[in-house]
This record gives sequence, structure tokens and C-alpha cells, in this order.
Amino acid sequence: MSFPWAKEYTPQNGLMKFLDEKLPLPRLVYNAVGAGYPVPRNLSYFWNFGVLAGFFLVLQIVTGVVLAMHYAANTQVAFASVEHIMRDINWGWLMRYAHANGASFFFVVIYIHIFRGLFYASYKPPREMIWLIGVVIFLLMMATAFMGYVLPWGQMSFWGAQVITGLFSAIPLVGEPLQVWILGGFAPDNAALNRFFSLHFLLPFVIAGCVILHIWALHIPGSSNPSGVEVKSESDTLPFHPYYTAKDGFGLGVALLVFMTFVFFLPNQLGHPDNYIEANPLSTPAHIVPEWYFYPFYAILRAFTYDFILPAKLWGVLAMFSAILVWFFLPWLDKGPVRSGHYRPLFRKFFWFGLIPVMAVLFFCGGAPAEEPYVMISQIATAYYFLHFLVILPIISSIERPDPLPFSITEAVLGSDKKAVLGENAEPVAT
Amino acid sequence: MASTTGNAEATPQVSDGVESEDGVRRRDFINIAAVSAAGVGGLVTLIPLISQMAPSADVLAESTTELDLSSLEVGQSIKAVFRKQPVFVRRLTQAEIEEAQAVPIGSLRDPQTLDERTQPGHLDVLVVMGVCTHLGCVPLGAAAGENKGEFGGYFCPCHGSHYDTAARIRKGPAPSNLVVPEYEFTSDTTIVIG
Repeated sequence: MSFPWAKEYTPQNGLMKFLDEKLPLPRLVYNAVGAGYPVPRNLSYFWNFGVLAGFFLVLQIVTGVVLAMHYAANTQVAFASVEHIMRDINWGWLMRYAHANGASFFFVVIYIHIFRGLFYASYKPPREMIWLIGVVIFLLMMATAFMGYVLPWGQMSFWGAQVITGLFSAIPLVGEPLQVWILGGFAPDNAALNRFFSLHFLLPFVIAGCVILHIWALHIPGSSNPSGVEVKSESDTLPFHPYYTAKDGFGLGVALLVFMTFVFFLPNQLGHPDNYIEANPLSTPAHIVPEWYFYPFYAILRAFTYDFILPAKLWGVLAMFSAILVWFFLPWLDKGPVRSGHYRPLFRKFFWFGLIPVMAVLFFCGGAPAEEPYVMISQIATAYYFLHFLVILPIISSIERPDPLPFSITEAVLGSDKKAVLGENAEPVAT
Repeated sequence: MASTTGNAEATPQVSDGVESEDGVRRRDFINIAAVSAAGVGGLVTLIPLISQMAPSADVLAESTTELDLSSLEVGQSIKAVFRKQPVFVRRLTQAEIEEAQAVPIGSLRDPQTLDERTQPGHLDVLVVMGVCTHLGCVPLGAAAGENKGEFGGYFCPCHGSHYDTAARIRKGPAPSNLVVPEYEFTSDTTIVIG
């Protein structure tokens, strides 16, 4: 698909020949994740996380479909039906714990995948579209995860629904009617639970569609790599199969070991005990927090406590959404000519000592109570977060003098690339 | 040129495939009309699809609540339910009334006096929705022993909004006072909300 030296698919038997003529699905797979997809030879394990994310999406869909066979989306019985799954359904506990922890692991994997994209500037041309679709997938994941957390109809489900739909009420003029429309009532109730179940079932398939677009867009320029140097010749690449199927398979095994440790031994560690209390519209839990993977954005939401032209509440909502929307502009905010953080000394310093600690602080503050000093710490961290993307990154990427890049991926791996220097095989990349 | 259909007066010069002076053909008209009809039809289809998500008739039907306040002692509060949301009714003490009236109105985020937030002749009965105007949590302070916040009214634990004895926002992220629902006294000790 992408490089002239990519191996071509040849059907081996009559059935495959028939299929290749009528519906070339095996050819598509061969060129996408088979020997027909040449991949840079120097990918580190950070390049494993896209495959892992795909695995967890499939896991969530499979366990989710099973759970939907036994769950009842009605406020009278939803809470009890979850306990029915846990206690009465054969293997129901495994399906539910795998699904609940699977959501957390999906986010762990996606956060590392995004982190990889940020450090290696994978969003830079020619891969902007992959990044943009990725941000859309992340937003869809957040919506799906939020609605899934409402379904057990525990205290955190109910109050999470109340707080998150309350975000929309901050919008001037249309906000409150919009919230009532989203909920189908004046507070979360049966109507809301039912529609959230319907959408929670639908959105994963929308995500799967976007994942196909994401991979499609990826296969046009081919994968990025840790050196950030584009593929120049055949010696820079390896066929995806068997090299990366084997490597990603090993990574998947490691990820599953960690995942299953949680499912079997710490299944409620990432959840919240209040969600084992049935929803009570008249009593708010003392300390409402979302699931851990929303902490940084929740901290940004709560950081705004003063009215400044607009009400504080609206600022909080705008900032929370902007914290993700700013990622859409990243390909154009980062003006540097070099991709990989390994060759960008200034970028690297601000990444490790600026952005990453600030994200960690926001993670911590999002789970802390809404009191001082956490509010002020969140405010400082939020300010730095936006400063990093909107001011620091454009400036350092303009003034930075990058370290010298290796001539090719092969040189980055072997220390020299004689073939390429001598001109053999060093044809420019066909697009 | 003779027209084959009945819309002769609209485009008398036009027949199929032949341009009139301003370059409009009969086929263009048919195209625009067909696409417009399909477009309008498609948009109209959205009305039921969007409207079905609004509150249904049974949700809207639960829209009034009657409360008997005869057993509500001075300084006590009760929690009731109106439209599936909590309502707080508090019988204010003299000290709480004075505290609320001593606040300069200009200093408030959402300026309202206690008189504006209560019914005439019932300055001591404060009826508010128990829904924080920030993001909708139920504030604390209505039940005995709960945290009433720094201003002796209500305190929302979710994001730290403090309300005073007239349930007005004084500190924290909430943009406005706790909402006073529409209600009336049907007798000296009975109110109907909604």
C-alpha cells in the first residue's frame, strides 16, 4: 500500500482466489496487518499500545454484549440486576469485572498511546489526520465510559449523571432546557438510564468505525518511529507479519497478566465503594469523584471559582472541554521541523519537567476533595496546562535548535547505513 | 412554445431540455423541487426523533407537591420531593433572619433580599430547591448535624459552594442562589409547590 517494496498478496488456493476476485478481504488484512505492510524496524514497545487499545475495544464489546443479555435498564431493577449478574449468572462476575476493569485498562492503554503521540510528535505532517481521528475516538470513549458508569444505578452512577449533565446547564440561554432534554426529566431517572443504555451499546461500534478510519489514515504514510526520520529504503522496514505480530503478541501477553491480576485479585480497586449503594436522589455522597481516568479533566472543571465576565461555572465547563479540544490544533501549534523528542532538547525538557508533572498534579487534584490547597494547586496546574500547549510549545518549537538526526532509520539502529549512503536501494519513498 | 404541463404561467417559455432566456430549464426546476421536498421531509423527520427525548407526559404529570408545615419547629428543616428533586423547607430563627438581612445586597453574586425569596407574611419560611446551582448536587445543611457551610445555610460537598441563611450563594463555584420554586400557602401551615 505504502512502499514499493511491500510484498504483494498472492492467493494460495482456489477458495482464496475466488474470494480475492469477489471480495478481496484477505488481501485487505494482508496489506493492513500482514506481511504486506512494511513497518519501520526500530519501533519500541511504545508502538505496542495501538494494538493493545484495539484488543481492549474488542474485549469491551464482547463482555458488554454478554452483560447486556442479563442487565435490565430500569431504575427499579438495574441495581439488583447487576447483583444478579454478580451472584446468579454463570461466570457473570468474570464478565462484569472484566468489563469494569477493561474500561480502566482501555484508558491506561489509550493514555500511553496519546503520551507516545505527544513525545514523538506523531501528530506532525503527514500524520495529522490520524491524530485528529484519534482525538475523536478519545472523546467518544469518554462519552461511552461515562454512560456505562451510570448503568449500575449506584450512588456514583446517579450523581455522576447529575454532575456531568449539569455541565450542559452552564451554557447560556439553551443550557437548562438542553439538560432537561438530555435527561428526559428534571433529574436523572428512568428515561435517562434507558437512553444511556441504548447509547452505551451504540457508541462502541461508532468507535470501531473510527478505529478503521484511524488505521486507514495510518496506512497511507505508514507508521512513525522513535527516530522520527521517515522510511527511506527497504532496509528501514520489516514486514508487519511475522515481526510485529510476534512482538505485539508478547506485549499483549504482558498487558493481560497485569489486567488479569486486577480482574482476579483487585477487581474493585479502580472503582468506588459508593457505587455499591443504590442511587438515592435525596442524598449526595460526601465526596463525588468520577472514575480515575477523568481526574485531570475534573480538576480543570473545578479549578474555576471566580466570575470573570462569564460565570465561574461556564469557565470551568469551557476549560474542561478546551483541554481536549486544544489537541485538535496540536499539529499546527508545534512548529518544529523535527518530530522525535529524542532530538529536541528544549521540547524534551518542557515535556518531562513541565507537561508530565502538571498532568500528574491534575490527576491527583481531580480525586482530592474540593478544598484548599487542592483548588489553588488545580488552578496553577490548569494555567500551566494551557500555557504549555498555547504558548510554550509554539515558542520552543520555533526557537529550538534540534540535535542532528540520523541519516536513516537503519543508521539510527545500526550506527551506519552504507547501502543508503552509497545509493543502493535508497530510492525516495513513493506515496 | 407550448407547455405540456399545468405550470404554464410560471415558466411559459420553458420546455424540457430547452433553456429560457435566463438559462433556467424545466429540469432544473424539477431538480430543485425534488431535492427541496426531500430535504424538508428529512428535516421534519428529525422533529419526532429529537422530541422523543424530552420529558414524557408521566414525568411532566408529577409536577405539584403539597407540604404540611405545622410540625416544623423554628430552626428545623425538612426535605421533600418535587419533580423527583429535593426541596428544602426551613423555618428560620430570628438570628438567621437578622443575619440574612444584615448582608449588603450589593456584595452578593446573585443579589436578592430575604423578602424577595420568601412569601409576604412568612419571612421565616424559606423554601428552596435542594439542587446546587453549580452542577446539581444536593447541598448539606437541611438535616440535623450536617455541615451548614461558612455562612450558616447550606454547603455543597461536591465542589464547595457555600450558601447563607437565605440560601444565597456566598462562596464557591455556583453561579446563583438556590432556586426558590413557585409555591403558595393554601393555609397558614400548608404550601403547594408547583
